[in-house]
Amino acid sequence: MKENANYMGSVCPIPKTEYDGILMAHGGGGTLTHQLIQKIFISQFGNEVLDVLHDSAMFNVESKRLAFTTDSYVVNPVFFPGGNIGELAVYGTVNDLAMAGANPLYLSVSFILEEGFEIETLWQIVVAMKNASRKANVKIVTGDTKVVDKGKGDGIYLNTSGIGIIPDGVNINPKNAKPGDLIILSGKIAEHGIAILSARDGLEFESEIVSDLAPLNTLVSVMLNESKNIHVLRDPTRGGLASTLNEIATQSNVGIRIYEDKIPIAGNVKAACEIFGLDPLYIANEGKLVAFIDPENAERVLNKIHLYEFGKDASIIGEVTDNNPKTVVMKTTIGTNRIIDMISGEQLPRIC
Amino acid sequence: MKYVDEYRDAESVRLLSEKINSIISRNWNIMEICGGQTHTILKCKIEELLPPQISLIHGPGCPVCVTPIEMIDKAILLAARPDIILVSYGDMLRVPGTNSNLLEAKSKGGNVKMIYSPLDAVKIAEQNPDKKIVFFAVGFETTAPANAFTIFEAERRGLKNYFMLCSHVLVPPAIECLLKSGKNSIHGILTAGHVCTVMGYEEYIPLAEKYKTPMVVTGFEPVDILSGLLMVIYQLENGNCFVENEYGRVVRKEGNIHSKKIISDVFEITDRNWRGIGVIPQSGLKIKSKYSHYDAEKVFNINAIESNESNICIAGEILQGLKKPGDCPAFREECTPEFPLGAPMVSSEGACSAYYRYTK
Repeated sequence: MKENANYMGSVCPIPKTEYDGILMAHGGGGTLTHQLIQKIFISQFGNEVLDVLHDSAMFNVESKRLAFTTDSYVVNPVFFPGGNIGELAVYGTVNDLAMAGANPLYLSVSFILEEGFEIETLWQIVVAMKNASRKANVKIVTGDTKVVDKGKGDGIYLNTSGIGIIPDGVNINPKNAKPGDLIILSGKIAEHGIAILSARDGLEFESEIVSDLAPLNTLVSVMLNESKNIHVLRDPTRGGLASTLNEIATQSNVGIRIYEDKIPIAGNVKAACEIFGLDPLYIANEGKLVAFIDPENAERVLNKIHLYEFGKDASIIGEVTDNNPKTVVMKTTIGTNRIIDMISGEQLPRIC
Repeated sequence: MKYVDEYRDAESVRLLSEKINSIISRNWNIMEICGGQTHTILKCKIEELLPPQISLIHGPGCPVCVTPIEMIDKAILLAARPDIILVSYGDMLRVPGTNSNLLEAKSKGGNVKMIYSPLDAVKIAEQNPDKKIVFFAVGFETTAPANAFTIFEAERRGLKNYFMLCSHVLVPPAIECLLKSGKNSIHGILTAGHVCTVMGYEEYIPLAEKYKTPMVVTGFEPVDILSGLLMVIYQLENGNCFVENEYGRVVRKEGNIHSKKIISDVFEITDRNWRGIGVIPQSGLKIKSKYSHYDAEKVFNINAIESNESNICIAGEILQGLKKPGDCPAFREECTPEFPLGAPMVSSEGACSAYYRYTK
């Protein structure tokens, strides 16, 4: 008899002798759907809100302002150095809430599974999501499962939505950057994108680069406790740091000036970018934030986040200017002024 | 990072810039051949460090840009066939053909795969024995040996389903074509470091003498570009016109003998149409007849195609250094990286894309 392997201290409760892979019936609403929900989802995500198993999650919140966000996850490969699609789906949505200054509370999760997807792999993803939601201190309170025919999906897609409460006195908005604001970047850039590339079919290089995937809500709380004068927060995910700064420059109608020698980047990531002709400023991060802060408070906030794991390499990388509105300029290490434009399409490596 | 940081060193850059400024006495037009150099110049704003007497003219060294439109149309036709997987380098996918590009062909169900190494094309052929794999092999001398090597590999692995759509081009005939035309009064040339890594620079010696034009084999970092410019200007100011090597950490006079042998084993020299420029005699590489069973053009019989260029795009003049991207009425208007009219707006070595990204 085949046995399921132990994954992060848990063993998949659906024996391989029943079904190895997802069947269409797992999305059909009948016995197999219930088995999947009970054995895989409830056993891991279970909490007082989810366990009611109603059509909607019901709960009370005590706040005048809520933040609400949604995101879908289609990462390929599903497992990559430093994480997997499940953790990404939890942290991605948690971070989007945190960037509004909110304390994330509840998440929904939808699974779109391709017929034949290994149940044990699904189990591993679910276990990882449970651990991630504990680490980020959020609860998964509602969800859905759909199955699509073999060949009509790519294994697994996830969607998570989340809500969080915004504390009084917090006013974070991409339009709020003001001339004089200093810009804090919370750590080294480009690790997620390069980790995914390194794991992807057809691109084999010796590398220990792992994704920076991490929840940022604790870091944001720490920052907001230190100063309420944080004007903008953003996580530079797709399009990288360059695109995020451009979005803020445009939305706030200000100029941004950054300094190349202040931007933290690991040597091996820099080397991988050189080899593939990629610009790390445009490579995705999943555990970094940029904060635009009143200059009088910036140093204090920086010193505080240096004490935390996800902020230990933080650096003040530049400032907001009142000239060149909607433009990001970088002082290069050779002393020239490079315009940093919004990403166009995807970054593709050069051919010669 | 060794071999990178020292070539981006602020102090070296400052000293080179001072030296150039101190020796220049008149106006000089200098062409950098390679699109990689163009991108460094624009990205690092090298012109901020140069005296106003230097005009940098951007050359034709963007392989994706000069690949003839009919070859792209052929690739698109092949990609649409259900029995074929077309594999290509990433930049090639967005280059406009007559009516579409390879990414569009992919979105309509064509099987198009992007690769980073030519050997991946062979691997894909091995993994998909029921499909025919066509590798769209473009580029200058730089990529020619690795591309040629795939044919050896396909032979060694006994693959019958591997083919090459070959559109290789050669740099020296293009330089001669530009110098001969005399249209853009080039006084000195930075030749392409990577091309010379493979081929060496013996071919450039007679060209420099014949056209009284100093040429410096130059790398791609800011210190390389400034050193190359300093060497060219020093020659110009002293009335010299020979070939020098700035990129000595990589380039030898005779090039890479082993790579040159692989190229000459698999390819032979042919006339080649350069997109926007026209046919340049003896400026391309084609697959030798003994390997014609790998030649996709022959095997799939796709010879007659009517291809048409955009009538607004001035890519040809840009590639010859006659105009700059800003001179094009479509630049940043109808033509953007998202909706490119011409290849130089697409490629990571194209001049239009460099101006789009690094200027406002």
